[in-house]
Amino acid sequence: MRKIAIYGKGGIGKSTTTQNTVAGLVEAGKKIKVVGCDPKADSTRLLLGGLAQKTVLDTLREEGEDIDLDDIVKEGYGGVRCVESGGPEPGVGCAGRGIITSINLLEQLGAWDESYNIDYTFYDVLGDVVCGGFAMPIREGKAEEIYIVVSGEMMAMYAANNICKGIKKYAQAGAVRLGGLICNSRKVDNEREMIEELARQLGTKLIHFVPRDNMVQQAEIHRKTVIEFKPQHVQADEYRALAKAIDENEMFVIPEPLEMDDLEKLLIDFGIAS
Amino acid sequence: MPKRDYTNGLPDPAELKEELLKKYPRKVAKKRAKSMVTNNPAESKEILANVRTVPGIITQRGCTYAGCKGVVLGPTRDIINLVHGPIGCSFYAWLTRRNQTRAMEGDPNFITYAFSTDMQDENIVFGGEKKLKEAIREAFENFHPTSIGIFSTCPVGLIGDDVHSVARDMKAELGINIFGFSCEGYRGVSQSAGHHIANNGIFKHVVGNEDRERTGKYQVNLLGEYNIGGDAFEIEALFEEIGVTLISTYSGNSTVESFAYSHTADLNMVMCHRSINYIAEMMEEKYGIPWFKVNFIGAESTAKSLRKMAEYFGDSEMIAKVEEVIAREMLKVKAVAEAVKPKVEGKLAMMFVGGSRAHHYQDLFRELGVKTVSAGYEFAHRDDYEGREVIPSIKIDADTRNIEDLVVTKDDTRYREDLAEKKAKLEESGYEFKDYKGMMPDMQKNALVIDDVNHWETEKLIEFYKPDIFCAGIKEKYVVQKYGVPLKQLHSYDYGGPYAAFGGAINFYKEMERMLATDVWKLVDAPWKHEPEIVGCVTVDA
Repeated sequence: MRKIAIYGKGGIGKSTTTQNTVAGLVEAGKKIKVVGCDPKADSTRLLLGGLAQKTVLDTLREEGEDIDLDDIVKEGYGGVRCVESGGPEPGVGCAGRGIITSINLLEQLGAWDESYNIDYTFYDVLGDVVCGGFAMPIREGKAEEIYIVVSGEMMAMYAANNICKGIKKYAQAGAVRLGGLICNSRKVDNEREMIEELARQLGTKLIHFVPRDNMVQQAEIHRKTVIEFKPQHVQADEYRALAKAIDENEMFVIPEPLEMDDLEKLLIDFGIAS
Repeated sequence: MPKRDYTNGLPDPAELKEELLKKYPRKVAKKRAKSMVTNNPAESKEILANVRTVPGIITQRGCTYAGCKGVVLGPTRDIINLVHGPIGCSFYAWLTRRNQTRAMEGDPNFITYAFSTDMQDENIVFGGEKKLKEAIREAFENFHPTSIGIFSTCPVGLIGDDVHSVARDMKAELGINIFGFSCEGYRGVSQSAGHHIANNGIFKHVVGNEDRERTGKYQVNLLGEYNIGGDAFEIEALFEEIGVTLISTYSGNSTVESFAYSHTADLNMVMCHRSINYIAEMMEEKYGIPWFKVNFIGAESTAKSLRKMAEYFGDSEMIAKVEEVIAREMLKVKAVAEAVKPKVEGKLAMMFVGGSRAHHYQDLFRELGVKTVSAGYEFAHRDDYEGREVIPSIKIDADTRNIEDLVVTKDDTRYREDLAEKKAKLEESGYEFKDYKGMMPDMQKNALVIDDVNHWETEKLIEFYKPDIFCAGIKEKYVVQKYGVPLKQLHSYDYGGPYAAFGGAINFYKEMERMLATDVWKLVDAPWKHEPEIVGCVTVDA
């Protein structure tokens, strides 16, 4: 089983990209589990056709320790097993600790039992690596491959670089490696070239460039992935290509994060030179 | 090695200091060097104190929560001290200082209970405010207290539970006084931050709540006395005999009820300057109550403090009574001292404890002719070493700024102009107020003064000085005793006490006779000194 975590700046499109990619892998016959690690619990909405899912932490709170796996795992599009970790209301408690609790519980309940024949587990993690709790999926070998969703915007690249610092920290003690950058285009100048260069300097590669297309928005409104909503559309092929690239990826590295000055220079070289 | 002879004064500890520092990395050595001062009572020397302990060093210090909940409010009996946090913080702060209290029949006494919200994983994830409210309701229903204090442990600050808003809500709901303390363990460099936070909280939420009618001709508060082993009872008995009405003690044998009308006192006397000077200062600013430093540890110090109090009130009858009591008590004290002194005179003591005890107990030892060769505080500030005159020159660092400094203004209706006038008049004749000179002027030349002493330094000090007794706390006790040196706990008094005032001095002399005039520590050797701990054998197949 391959264990993948998707990180990236808040609002960059991690959940959308993850679910669309998962749909691509499902088409290719893979068995997949998606664990949403965001207190908003919206990481599986497109796969489940809505936000009907009861989260692990809510269930834990309401039903106590006696929980059935079926209470918290729902099958979605193409048999994808969907889990939402959940978390507290904004401004209270500790969502990071919630993720730790929830992943531990899933393991205790045998969510990864061999009988499920899972090929891929995807962890969709909120925002930047903000604290130890959100780094949980890359600690203790929960996830071994990290893909970072990024765009040509400064703050997205800055966040990607920060996430690499987190990966580097845990990579030295464990199995976690960076699998590549996914560019979710914002249509900024020289975006592809810039991200390719960022990837090169980090010691990884741009695994796929996902162009911007309004079809993604259309599909989201209908609570579906693009592949499910408009299988013939060009954007669906982009996600199939991304899924294929991940499936065939063999380049797993410990990233070398950039110094702030190098990151700024990259932006000037590509952003202003145009 | 033979014992050193210190009859002609203490040796210059320069060599020892060098050895202590040699072990440290360069930067750490530089910092620690500033916290080790070779004393000279004739000149003032600066010591580095109240700064963060370097990580990795085994310190004696406690945490901010311990200072707030354990030290300052722990001894108060009529308040429910509810700890918001996982259970350990409550359990391990439960009566460990052996604070005693005497409730009248039918009066509430909660200090024998440990109250906690017992936070679980779920409360950390989703926030603990709801559970805190439930705990307050439950405590109220079961015990019907008139006040509840909420004490924040580390995770509470991390997850952002707002204990103050919960306190306000519950105060409105239950109609009793409820207040919170943001005293998370990591908030300051030591428990000292917790003392300050506790002082602020009591002053803000309790002091001045009740304008009680006068009950005595001379009303006083005793601040910084925690009734360990019954110390307060000794002092209370003296006050009663002399005709002084003790309004409130902060906080040995105390009640929140008495804190509420403690602003009706005519005088504040401060024992532990470090933990409680804040309230003394604020009460003077707001209500005009003067304060001075006293010490009831040691018979001579007790006599001196009583005389100073009598002089303040200037009542000839009281002055005569004080002299009568001193004369009577000193007879008893001297009788015991004369019996004990020949057996212990010339012995050496070291004490590393507290924010005042390392100073106060030197007085008791001096009465027995026991020399203090080295001493220091765990959590004191520079003024406790060098005297209050250095306060304006103390650097205010970020850790200090992290603690609220209450802005107190004069209470126009309740300010005691008469006391302010009395103070001014007494000062003209050389009578001193706000007068803490610190520990160092009272110590011998060449005595080594060390702030925040650690494990490594403790061991080296014992090897160098070969003291006959070491005073510290439970964390140090058994390490020191394994060196064959008896340790007296000055946080909890082990199983003994009281040691305050005249009766306490007698108890302490007897305790020192028991601990010092014995060879028991030299009769037993650790077995590993003579035999290896582990014996192995190797079989060689030829």
